[in-house]
Amino acid sequence: MTAHHTRTTSRLHADAAEAGIAPAPDSAQATRASAAGPDPAGPGLPGPGHTDHERADRRSTDRRSADRDRQSGPLPGRRAHKRYWLIFSALCVLAAAFTFGSLAYDNPMPVGSRGFWLIAEMRTTNLVVILIVAFCQAIATVAFQTVTNNRILTPSIMGFESLYRLVQTGAVFFIGATGLVALTGLWQFLLQIVLMVAFAAALYGWLLAGRSGNLQVTLLVGIVLGGGLGGLATFMQRLLTPSEFDILTARLIGSIANADTSYLGVSIGLAGVAGGLLWAKAGTLNVLSLGRDTAVNLGINHRRQLIIVLLLVSVLMAVSTALVGPMTFLGFLVAMIAYQLADTYDHRLVFPIAWLTGFVVLAGSHFVLKHVFYAEGAVGIIMEVVGGTFFLVYILRKGRL
Amino acid sequence: MITLSTVLRRYTSDVAIGPVDLEIPPGGITAMVGPNGAGKSTLLTMIGRLMGMDAGTITVGGLDVSNTPSKELAKKMSILRQENHFITRLTVRQLVGFGRYPHSQGRLTVDDERRISEAIDFLNLGDLETRYLDELSGGQRQRAYVAMVLAQDTEYVLLDEPLNNLDMQHSVQMMKHLKRAAVELGRTIVIVLHDINFAGHYADHICALKHGEIVAFGTPQEIMAPDTLSSIFNTPIDVIDGPRGLLACYY
Repeated sequence: MTAHHTRTTSRLHADAAEAGIAPAPDSAQATRASAAGPDPAGPGLPGPGHTDHERADRRSTDRRSADRDRQSGPLPGRRAHKRYWLIFSALCVLAAAFTFGSLAYDNPMPVGSRGFWLIAEMRTTNLVVILIVAFCQAIATVAFQTVTNNRILTPSIMGFESLYRLVQTGAVFFIGATGLVALTGLWQFLLQIVLMVAFAAALYGWLLAGRSGNLQVTLLVGIVLGGGLGGLATFMQRLLTPSEFDILTARLIGSIANADTSYLGVSIGLAGVAGGLLWAKAGTLNVLSLGRDTAVNLGINHRRQLIIVLLLVSVLMAVSTALVGPMTFLGFLVAMIAYQLADTYDHRLVFPIAWLTGFVVLAGSHFVLKHVFYAEGAVGIIMEVVGGTFFLVYILRKGRL
Repeated sequence: MITLSTVLRRYTSDVAIGPVDLEIPPGGITAMVGPNGAGKSTLLTMIGRLMGMDAGTITVGGLDVSNTPSKELAKKMSILRQENHFITRLTVRQLVGFGRYPHSQGRLTVDDERRISEAIDFLNLGDLETRYLDELSGGQRQRAYVAMVLAQDTEYVLLDEPLNNLDMQHSVQMMKHLKRAAVELGRTIVIVLHDINFAGHYADHICALKHGEIVAFGTPQEIMAPDTLSSIFNTPIDVIDGPRGLLACYY
């Protein structure tokens, strides 16, 4: 058997293993026998007798049935597989239900008629915004918590939201109520994103690239800077007239209604690229979640990967914040639920669950608020209340950070 | 072979590790011993490129650790730190599977699966492989970590106090496993140990450090002498010929 052939079969088996299918016995045995040959890369397990083809063959025959159960995969055992896909389907059903609900509830036209679809189409914008925000917050928070090795942090505390508040407040403070209008438009939207990402890049680059670069210090400085910027914004708010302050408040609470349709294309593009890159890095993220020392041991260039991931996270957070405003606890809430639901280390499996959870939580609360309480703009407030409570309960129940 | 030449790491003007010149021969177990703060772990983590140095060069199997890509080094050398804390819940088999990352980049082949099984069996973890790490005792968990670095299939294995928090039985078992890995699998194992008697019994070479410098290097027979040990550890130590070899008495 040629080396190339071996590699191909191995790859096939890896895929089969991932899909939860045991490899076919005959080809598995062939691969194993050929792979048991002399290994130039280093001493193999379990040593000298290993090159003996006959013995390897016999051993693999003995083990064949046992090996079928001995798969590593991210979901250990059949039950874990079943559980994961059941939860995945349940979330899909919920997401579909809320999607249909948002489009059809209170829609005066009969379902299926032309008028129904016209009204539904107008409501799609909200759903697209929810889809983008859920994606950004879910992927960003999970990736951020992985690289910081800490599950109670959320990337929004790194100064993004304070910066957003400061920019919005500054506009009203210096230009007046018309300042918010000056901040509206595609270029202004992009400018805000660039500003937030540049802020994050400067912070990470400056603190992590130095010789004594330290993640904890970086996070602390980020939080303190965020606090400082927030304080500055609050100070300016104190000096505003009540009417200006009222206009500003509406912008400072995260709301789906804040989003402007003309931003959607750019947002999808940016979020897609940054989130897609993180998704492609899932394997690296899995190793990064083991901590710096283990990751370096396994051959990861830790500092470089850390900075890349943090930058991608900052792009996602900037898009979400510039689109709908601050949503401090959404990411935390979603990530926390997603870990419990997915119950695996593999980011390839955690990401989709997190995105779905984010969509269900956001779309659900938006639907309830809009149709039950008639308070569409208050999603951010509810998110903070529910998310904050969840946060406290989680810490109190777990008893440690 | 692991070669250190004029390796130096400075902390303050009067606290420094080195300059150290050392050659660790290939094969067998080399134990690093010495009093607290002698720089054993620091030296080990510098060899394992987890910590940078201020001057000097370290080569492991001919690769310079400060400029060889981490990816290459991960196939040549593995290092296990004393404390391992993971935020994710992992089963023993999943953890050991990570040891194959340098070879498979996360996509496990049939060959990888076989090596994972072998590493697990080598440390008698077969029955525990589907258990989660947080359900294991300290000794079992320590064995799982060692299984991970063995699955990494590297010529050189560096272990920072793997006997920490292990009781007598598990310490002895661990050392026997490591000895077997060195003999049967031909690994070069460098290990930081606190108990000189473990070093004297299981190691092939002992490297003694004090105040950041190497004060003695040799076979256990050479190092296990009353005068040598007494001066290394700042404590009067007698060496007696026990029923199972040389034994240091310092109580």
